[in-house]
Amino acid sequence: MNKLQNNKAWLFVLPVFALVAFNAIIPLMTVVNYSVQETFGNNEFFWAGVMWFEEILNSERFHASLGRQAIFTASILAIEMPLGVAIALTMPRKGPWVSVCLVLMALPLLIPWNVVGAMWNIFALPDIGFLGYTLNSLGIDFNFTRQPEDAWFTLILMDVWHWTSLVVLLAYAGLSSIPDAYYQAAKIDGAGSWAIFRYIQLPKLRRVLTIAFLLRFMDSFMIYTEPFVLTGGGPGNSTTLLSIDLVKIALGQFDLGPAAAMSLIYFLIILLLSWVFYTVMTRNEEQ
Amino acid sequence: MNANKAAGRVVPTLYIIFLLLPIYWLVNMSFKTTNEILGSFTLYPQEFTLDNYITIFTDPTWYMGYVNSIAYVTLNTAISVAVALPAAYAFSRYRFIGDKHLFFWLLTNRMAPPAVFALPFFQLYSAVGLFDTHIAVALAHTLFNIPLAVWILEGFMSGVPRELDETAYVDGHGFWSFFLKIFVPTIAAGIGVAAFFCFMFSWVELLLAKTLTAVDAKPIAATMTKTASSSGYELGLLAAAGTLTIIPGAFVIYFVRNYIAKGFALGRV
Repeated sequence: MNKLQNNKAWLFVLPVFALVAFNAIIPLMTVVNYSVQETFGNNEFFWAGVMWFEEILNSERFHASLGRQAIFTASILAIEMPLGVAIALTMPRKGPWVSVCLVLMALPLLIPWNVVGAMWNIFALPDIGFLGYTLNSLGIDFNFTRQPEDAWFTLILMDVWHWTSLVVLLAYAGLSSIPDAYYQAAKIDGAGSWAIFRYIQLPKLRRVLTIAFLLRFMDSFMIYTEPFVLTGGGPGNSTTLLSIDLVKIALGQFDLGPAAAMSLIYFLIILLLSWVFYTVMTRNEEQ
Repeated sequence: MNANKAAGRVVPTLYIIFLLLPIYWLVNMSFKTTNEILGSFTLYPQEFTLDNYITIFTDPTWYMGYVNSIAYVTLNTAISVAVALPAAYAFSRYRFIGDKHLFFWLLTNRMAPPAVFALPFFQLYSAVGLFDTHIAVALAHTLFNIPLAVWILEGFMSGVPRELDETAYVDGHGFWSFFLKIFVPTIAAGIGVAAFFCFMFSWVELLLAKTLTAVDAKPIAATMTKTASSSGYELGLLAAAGTLTIIPGAFVIYFVRNYIAKGFALGRV
């Protein structure tokens, strides 16, 4: 669509700009402010320059939690995106089951995050939880509070349970928007179901899948409440993702400087990666 | 084709069973006594009890949590969609100075980890005197909901041809008359979907909501964490409270299900 050049359009954007700026810029500047200072309590602050940034970037602890975070985000994206599309493809297009499927599938999305963590914690407990009890009675030694691999398995299973439906809903909405005429044309050409998926459905899903991918990337990279309630970052530090580590530093040790510096580095990593994904995924659209 | 049809029933069914199992476990616990939960592994309540629910519905510290949550979530959804509508219209129809940068900057606000912003948010909202009010949480949640609402609405609006706007002007509509009477009804589906996502992300968020409230506006999710620590683990009570948090969301999805079933591709693809 050819857009008109009109700078008065700014007036329409102004309320959004004002609200988001109020919420974003003031707190962000506060964090920047902390990140370059040293405090010894008593509300006394001293200039510290980039000391905290150097300390964080060189700390093995940060590298370790960043690594765990990367593994977590990559795993859930690799599972949730294809699984979500596959489920959306097999869902009914018409009839009474559509509503039932949509409502039931959306349920996990609408549960407060600490409740999600708590219910999976109990669900996976080896003595009183359905998952833990069943696995153990099948002869599998499963205890997510003791064994790191089990903690990771539970964490990823919980996120797949929690968020795959977001991909399903967006992909399903995208699929439903494809006019029947496309399928009839494909039928006349004798296209198989793979060809239909590859040349009709997938291109039509581009926009919604871009949104789904970016949302899942950002939100999984910032995940805090669910793993905190589920495992508390343990056993040991095995499931201490970035934000859990951040809060440990900020609240546990009252180190505002390093915590603020870490926040900014964390934010910049998400920003950079999102920008790369966004640019790559919308590149062909511009042409 | 038959194999496809069979898959069409089996895959969604298996997925739904997988989704419902942990929820069943939660509901199951909510009808048990705490003793039974901790004492043994039972697939359904042996001593069925409604005590957990009775406690929640008769104790104001519990049920006010739901009222508070619903109040700020509704406020947030209304604010987010109302200010996102004109902005999304501007992005979908006009080119203006800094439009692309502004759009991406808006999205960046979804990328700021709430864990980062918790403390500065507390200071900011205390400074302006809004601490422990519904409006504080509603405004704070616009940080991640406005960008999303603009993003979704822009997608829907780009799918509406500009001829609609032009015809309306030819017919003698002024801008606001066109926008409110013709354009908004045209993209009702988009508004429904955007409102659903705003409701969802505001309802499930806990970290900021907990940071910005103390007593008067305390969300139900925060009530649950505090009760857990003060009186030991009342698992049955927590399970009942958790079960009740699913219900408002289920209502909302029920109302927007048709918009999703009808489909949207978010703009020209």
